[in-house]
Order: sequence, then C-alpha cells, then structure tokens
Amino acid sequence: MLSSIITAVGAMAALGIALSIVLGLAAKVFYVYVDPRIEAINDALPGANCGGCGYAGCNDYAEAIINSNVSPNLCVAGGSDVTENVCSIIGVSAELGERKVARIFCQGDNVRAVRNFEYTGAQDCRAAIAATGGDKACSYGCVGLATCVRVCPFDALSMNENGLPVVNEMLCTGCGNCVEVCPRDLPRLIPISQKVANLCSSQDAGKTVKQVCSVGCIACGQCQKNCPESAAYMVGRLAYVDPDKCTGQLVCIEKCPTGSMAVLHPEAQQAEPEAAEAEHAAQ
Amino acid sequence: MGDYLLMMVTAIFANNVLLIRFLGLCPFVGVSSNLSSSFGMSGAALFVCVLASAITWNVYHFLLVPLQLEYLRTVSFILVIASLVQLVEIVMQKTAPALYRALGIYLPLITTNCMIFGVAVLNIQEEHSFLDTVIYAFAAALGFCLALIILGGIRERFALGRVPTMMQGFPAALITAGIMALCFYGFIGLGQ
Repeated sequence: MLSSIITAVGAMAALGIALSIVLGLAAKVFYVYVDPRIEAINDALPGANCGGCGYAGCNDYAEAIINSNVSPNLCVAGGSDVTENVCSIIGVSAELGERKVARIFCQGDNVRAVRNFEYTGAQDCRAAIAATGGDKACSYGCVGLATCVRVCPFDALSMNENGLPVVNEMLCTGCGNCVEVCPRDLPRLIPISQKVANLCSSQDAGKTVKQVCSVGCIACGQCQKNCPESAAYMVGRLAYVDPDKCTGQLVCIEKCPTGSMAVLHPEAQQAEPEAAEAEHAAQ
Repeated sequence: MGDYLLMMVTAIFANNVLLIRFLGLCPFVGVSSNLSSSFGMSGAALFVCVLASAITWNVYHFLLVPLQLEYLRTVSFILVIASLVQLVEIVMQKTAPALYRALGIYLPLITTNCMIFGVAVLNIQEEHSFLDTVIYAFAAALGFCLALIILGGIRERFALGRVPTMMQGFPAALITAGIMALCFYGFIGLGQ
C-alpha cells in the first residue's frame, strides 16, 4: 500500500522535474530578447485599442514606437499625460500636438432645417442615405440617426432634443471614428482652442440654402470682408476659419446673417483660456 | 495501407472529434468568428495534437505501465501537454518568429484544449501502436481543423447576412454547429 503511494508520488515528481528541467533549458537555449520598453509603453498606453493612432491596437503601436521609431505623440485617447509617460520611457522630450476634438459641422436640426418626409427605415444614417437620400431637404445636412453616437468608443457624442449630435469635448479624444463613419462627413477634427467655426457643410448656392435651412452658410462673404485678422476665408460656397489667425473678436458672429458662423463651447469660454495657455506654455 | 486510409477517413469524417465526439468545443465556438482565426487555431491544434499524442503514448507505455500507474493517466497527460505547449512556444518564438506571431494567442489556448487530451486518451483506449497513434492523432486533428474552418467560413458569411437581432452571434453559431453535426452524422454510414 505504502510502496504504491511512494511509487506514484515519485513517478509524478520525476516526470514534473524532468519536464521543468527541459522547459528551463529551452528557456535558456531559445532565449529571445524582447525589449522591456515595449511592455512598459504598453502599460502606459490607455489600452482602449481605439485605433486612433493608426495601428491595430495599443500593443501594435507600442511595438511600432520601439521598432520603427514612430512618433510617441500619436495616442489620441490618452492625451498629453500618456504622451509624456511614453516619452519618459523611451527617453525623448515630449512634443505635444494640440488636442483635437470633433465638431459637428451642421446646425440643421429638426426645427431649423426643412424636412421632406418622415423616414421610418433602418435607423442608420448610411442606410437612410443609401435608400432615400435622407429626410432633410438639404443634401449636405445631418440625417440625425445617431450613427456617429453609436460608433463613439468614449461616449462623447449624444443626440440633443432636436435630433442633432452634440460633442462633449471633455470626453472626446479625437480618435476620428465619427469622422470616418459619417456618410456626409459632418464631424471634423479641429483644435480644441478654436473659438469660432462656420458650422455648415452645404456647397449649395445661397438661395437653395435659404430654402432648406435657417442656419446654413449662404456664402455672402461678410465674415471674410469684416474679419480684422483675415482669419475667415471662403472656399467655394463655404466660409472657413483659420484657427491660427483667429483671435476670437467675434466680428464674424455679428456679421453673419444666418448664424451659421458660431461660437464653440460658449459655456467653457471662461475656463478655457487658462488651460489653453498652460498647454501652450508646456509646448 | 488500406487500414490506415480507413482509419484516417473514419477519424476525419465519421468520428469527427468536434462534431461527433464533442471534444474541444470551446475553441469551436470561441475562435470561429472569422476564417483567419480559424486557420490560426487549426494550425496550432494540428501541430500540438500530433506531438502531444506521440509523447503521451511513450509516457504511458514506458513510464506508467511498467510502474503499474495507469490510473495516473489523466494527471500525467495534462502535465505533459501543458509543458509541451510551453516548450513549443519557447522554441517557436526563437526559430520561427513569423509562425509564432501568426499563431499568437491560439498556441497558449491549446494548453487547456480537451481535444488534444481526448485524442491522447483515445489512442491509449484503442490500444494503438506508436505509428497508429501518430496517424490517428494527425487525422483527428485534421477533422478538428475541417470543422473549425467550415464554421469559420459560415460565420463570416453571417456578418453580411440579415440575421435577426436575437439570433446574432452565438445563437446562430450554435444552431449552425448543430446542423453541421447532423450532416457529419451522415458519414457514420460510410464505414459499412
């Protein structure tokens, strides 16, 4: 009885020891050097695997930083903190790009834009446009079926009561998923410090725009004529604002006859300048 | 020769490990969501299954039988298979980095795959010779690959089809697996 127990224990122990010796030897003989910095960077990255950096996931990006000398400031989800941590791991000084957030370049909600019909098909902007061209009379405007809201991995987008997506700039990381998915290319990534923008994407002539929407850009050019910093400019039938030149004097807002030129995040205007300056100083 | 052919056909179709014996079902549903992961898992399973069966056969016949420790078969086989997967991983990372990256997570997953263990035990139960063991393990693993790749292909088509919301994902996969198992049941008449 006792001897069979001893045999069993002995045999299993021998088997275990033999296998562990083989494994130990193999680990020595077939040792592969893996840069420990890859692991460290992987820990420093947020692990959201959002793809905002252009790589398949955080691990791929960590390998690319070490092996292919890719710039360490590409992580949009983590922001400046992550960039600094990654930079300290690989031993270069931080080069911070300004944080970008998504903005919806359309103000034509269910109240302000003319709707041609009631759409009751598949609740997806892409499907609605493929099937019917969208329910709004404006062929450049937001369809309002919240495809961008569903695709946002950070819950930064929500629909307001009038059926238009709203970006929460505190949560938005600028990963660009909404930009990619929107069939009308309405979300665009702009610097968070940009104060004014022409929130319209319509390339229609002024008359058509007026017929279909009360807040569309009618290409009157008043903003371009009156901007003291010549930050507003026209391309085709749309006005744009150059964020590098704009100083936020808001002349264009006063002159804009339709209100398509809009102040961005007005509630954050008071708190923002200090944060923006601090960020500027860090650069 | 004819015997081996019959044994292979039986192991691949009539006694398919996945669909008739119901061994290794976790990867069958888990990693069959697209074709590339099916291929990765299949390759890793095929490789480890043959190697593990060959080694466990030797462990059984040259260690357990002489010591009259046949009842420790399960414990010792799991020990051997787990260390074997580790060893393969270490060796492969050094000698074939491309293959190592391609197999990725599927290699460690095989440590706990009941198909590998099941085939090793079946070889002992059927009292196969060493050559029989290797051929049987290869054929059984081939059957595993076949079923996994077929399901991977079908599930890839599901992504494009209009599947009702309540049936999306696992429900549809499980029903597909059930129908596939029924189809493979038809092969049982093959040997007669």
